[in-house]
Amino acid sequence: MADVHDNGFRPGRTLRLRVEFTRQLRRRRTQLAAVVLLVLPVVIALAFRVSSQPGASGGGARPGGGSGSALVTLATTGATNFALFTEFASAGFLLVVIVALFCGDTVASEASWSSLRYLLAIPVPRSRLLRQKLTVGLTLSVGANVLLPAWSFLVGGAFFGWAPGRSPLGGTFTSGVALQRLMVVVAYASLQSLVVAALAFLLSVVTDAPLGAVGGATMLVVVSNILDSITALDPYRQYLPTHFQYSWLDALGPTIVWDDMMRGTGVALVYAAVFFAVAWWRFQRKDIVS
Amino acid sequence: MTRPGHLRRWTLVALVAVVAGTAAVIAVRTSPTTVTRDRMVAGTPESGTPVELDTTLYLPARTPAPAVLLAHGFGGSKADLGPEARSLAEHGYVVLTYTARGFGRSGGLIHLDAPAYEVADAKDLVSYLATLPEVLTDAKGDPRVGVAGSSYGGALALLLGAYDPRVDAIGADITWNDLAQSLFPNGVVSPSGDVADAGVFKKMWASELFASASASTPGAQAGACGRFAPDLCAAYQQAAQTGVPGPGLVALLRASSPAGVLGRITAPTLLSQGEDDSLFTLAQADENAAGIAAHGTPVRVVWRAGGHDGGTSTAELVSSLERWFDPVLLHGARPTGSFDVTVPGTGISAATGRAVAQTLEAADGYPSSRTVRVPVAGPPQTVQAPAGGSPAAISSVPGVGSLLSAAASAGGSSGVSAIPGQVARFASAPLPAALLVAGGSTISLDVTATTARDATLFASVHVVGAGGADSLPAGLVSPVRLTGLTPGVPRSVTITLPAVVSSVPAGDRLVVEVGTTDLAYMLPTAPRAYSIGLTDGVLSVATVDGRILRGGHPWVWLLAGLVAITALVLGLVAASAGRRRRRTVAAGLSDVPVAVDALVKQYGDGYRAVDGVTFRVESGQVVGLLGPNGAGKTTTLRVLMGLIRPTSGTVRVFGELVEAGAPVLSRIGSFIEGPGLLPHLSGRDNLRLYWAATGRPSTDSELDTALEIAGLGGSVDRLVKTYSQGMRQRLAIAQAMLGLPELLVLDEPTNGLDPLQIAEMREVLRRYAATGRTVVISSHLLAEVEQTCTHVVVMHKGRLVAVGSVAEIVAAGRMQLVVGDPVHAVAVLAAAGVPAQAVPARRSLEDIFIEMVGEDRD
Repeated sequence: MADVHDNGFRPGRTLRLRVEFTRQLRRRRTQLAAVVLLVLPVVIALAFRVSSQPGASGGGARPGGGSGSALVTLATTGATNFALFTEFASAGFLLVVIVALFCGDTVASEASWSSLRYLLAIPVPRSRLLRQKLTVGLTLSVGANVLLPAWSFLVGGAFFGWAPGRSPLGGTFTSGVALQRLMVVVAYASLQSLVVAALAFLLSVVTDAPLGAVGGATMLVVVSNILDSITALDPYRQYLPTHFQYSWLDALGPTIVWDDMMRGTGVALVYAAVFFAVAWWRFQRKDIVS
Repeated sequence: MTRPGHLRRWTLVALVAVVAGTAAVIAVRTSPTTVTRDRMVAGTPESGTPVELDTTLYLPARTPAPAVLLAHGFGGSKADLGPEARSLAEHGYVVLTYTARGFGRSGGLIHLDAPAYEVADAKDLVSYLATLPEVLTDAKGDPRVGVAGSSYGGALALLLGAYDPRVDAIGADITWNDLAQSLFPNGVVSPSGDVADAGVFKKMWASELFASASASTPGAQAGACGRFAPDLCAAYQQAAQTGVPGPGLVALLRASSPAGVLGRITAPTLLSQGEDDSLFTLAQADENAAGIAAHGTPVRVVWRAGGHDGGTSTAELVSSLERWFDPVLLHGARPTGSFDVTVPGTGISAATGRAVAQTLEAADGYPSSRTVRVPVAGPPQTVQAPAGGSPAAISSVPGVGSLLSAAASAGGSSGVSAIPGQVARFASAPLPAALLVAGGSTISLDVTATTARDATLFASVHVVGAGGADSLPAGLVSPVRLTGLTPGVPRSVTITLPAVVSSVPAGDRLVVEVGTTDLAYMLPTAPRAYSIGLTDGVLSVATVDGRILRGGHPWVWLLAGLVAITALVLGLVAASAGRRRRRTVAAGLSDVPVAVDALVKQYGDGYRAVDGVTFRVESGQVVGLLGPNGAGKTTTLRVLMGLIRPTSGTVRVFGELVEAGAPVLSRIGSFIEGPGLLPHLSGRDNLRLYWAATGRPSTDSELDTALEIAGLGGSVDRLVKTYSQGMRQRLAIAQAMLGLPELLVLDEPTNGLDPLQIAEMREVLRRYAATGRTVVISSHLLAEVEQTCTHVVVMHKGRLVAVGSVAEIVAAGRMQLVVGDPVHAVAVLAAAGVPAQAVPARRSLEDIFIEMVGEDRD
């Protein structure tokens, strides 16, 4: 094989995933993100426990009327509903920031430490460098997206019991169905965060400032959410990257309605493909001077 | 090269583009293009007195256009229709709104959509439209016109469609089929057909409507009847006292109802009815739809959210109307019928997390007659009707609707909608699967009156959750009047429960409640009791099969996404395959570590950092790349390491062309422009991970040798972020030496090192070169190069100044005498008569260097 060199160098073996995982997992920010994800559900559970002490209704109220989110009223029903609530509460911003951190910081931080040029001088082929970095970044992102609801499920179970999940639209799920729905929710939420991941990654390649990449991707979500709230933009709103962000709520009804989740997935994939393509194109041609 | 300025500019451009785009879209949406024209138009005279109608015409941007005649609701005026009219005009219709007779500034009296008055007025207005040059006409005097309205206006639309063949399309919203049935409803038609048994008087709604119209003109015509026509007023007042409509009133109400004339309607008709409507129920729209469709006229039925109890969204009304009118009025097509049901609480709002309604498109069109048989159980129960009809259950209040019952059910019981002792309950088992209740379900009951010969009952179907939460969908109850009963003898009757739309989740129960009182209706005053039992224990639940309607084809979106991702992956694979094929090795250069040929690097701003540099580094040499700051040394080395792309020229390493990721780079160890270490790892881990990243066998790393060179001692296990600049520098050079590469490239390696370390470094490099390996060092310190290197490449301002061995370069300069023992030499010279003085040796290379570059140094 032509790619083996006499000094034992093989481009296909550079920067293996295990190595990149070690590099990322030993970073303080990775550990901090994990701690936040582990502590948050406990804090939320404690808050619910404290606030629902007097006359805890146990989620007897029916949704639809009254104020507040239907998921909030049901949050203390049991493990499944608690997990759904934390997912709903975190999907808008916390998970966005964490995904932006994992995917936006990865190349830019190497540039800021000047270690990027030494990786490229090994040489790790540029396309491979991006691929390995992205794989690790996305794996960590999915990990965060799975860890939060999974851990919330356990915390919710410990605090509020293992009662079957209740739909915000009324009715209960058996444990099997509830778990299935939870998996749909997590899968869809993870797919939606692909847009943020892709933009963060692109910015990470373009800029040498890790904060710029993370902040830029977070800003996209904020701006997109603001534009999404302007109904006058209507036929175009649905093309905003965050328009279908919460479409996983359609998986909580008596039957799963896939329409918007299909649309949301399509939008996310198109945006992600464009951002990734630009990232690759740019990095192949980029002069590394940092 | 990253250009932060560029990045900032692009970010700004993107932001401005987003803001400008948003503003443009909003501006286009809200730009007023509609012209309005107010005019009083002559209507039908009232007993000889001329009547003028207050109208407003809305003209679209382009005329002539088809017209839409909009009629308002009871107690309102043309002003209510402003937003709707404006939207339709912007959509391209000439819109005529008017205030009906008896209201606002229009003349005349209220006749409740009587054919001789209100309908005749509308006909006059159609004729008026035909005279306008802005209105498209089908024939002379026959405008292309659709007529639409809600409630009072909806009935007018249907009646005008029946009485005036010039109407091309009808949109009737939340209106009645039979006004007598609506105000004096009766769930079970009495066998006698007697007017005295015509129904249960809906007293609260009736009085509310009467009051709203009679109070609308303060001062002008004070009196109990306000602007009601005297015959209508008298008949109403008589009925309101007794709860029984006189024959005169029934005749008047029947004349004002579309029920009798539906067969005359030929224009395609849109019927929308509210699901929160205790005045005109879904059943009324049912009757209208059946009557119109029976003659082959296309009918579209929409069961929408809201209604007289729940409000109306103008935007939804307009878009629904446009969808129905556009094909008919703009394109002259004949639409086909369809049936949409808004199902509350089947979706969750992404913005708020609250339950919201979704629209279901019925699969089998209209009418959907599918039923599901749900067994219900319960023993016969005796219910009491209190004397005077009080206390009475509250199910809904006109205009406020089901809010009260919703508030009550939130408390977890049926609350005020059921009073103990007045209600018989028959419950189903928890439903095994979710069920959509859509329409009026039916149940058969055995009713026995203990003393009376007639009965007034209120039947409803509740949804009871697993936790006991009870809800009455839309707060609707169905009044039932039975006559001709024999005390003590049961009568089996089939009752149609109120038509509601409710998605019942699995695990909830359906409960049929039959009560004796309801606040909204006129009740018998004598106390009585009934025994109510199930006939067969089967509740026939009306339901609809359909698909949640969101419009468009979601598959297309998903497909587009998948195609995009596939294209990306294929593109990346193709690109990397293309790059792998491009490797070139020059013959005869495979033993030359570095061959730089006519190298030029020009940055984006036009600055030429390297300008036509050519030199070679032979095996075993220690080459110093010498030049002041900005000479292009580092740029040359960056190209050498494949980090930046040359503008022209080539760099070959062991004969192989250098470009990004060229495998030959693996034979180079490099230290360029300072260290690049991971601050959160120890020195040892940094080197270990770096070697691991090369993917080469760990036995080849020579880690210990490198660590020895770094000379960090115990600090090697501390985190790098605690290191001094010099320690980092040494660790980075050790990293460059990992695996003892054949070519070592060091850019300013002695920066930050103390003199002792510099001397050590010199020794290390010399030893390194002695093994036959090649070293390239760049420096602006002449002493260092002179003492370390065998060969020198001198650069200045991107150009090559001199190349050669140190000896050659030095030889090219001025002569200098070096003596072994300066003190002795001075003595010898002095003895020979030559005055001499010992001075420290000048850095000869420095002299040469200054000589070479000095003249244009600035």
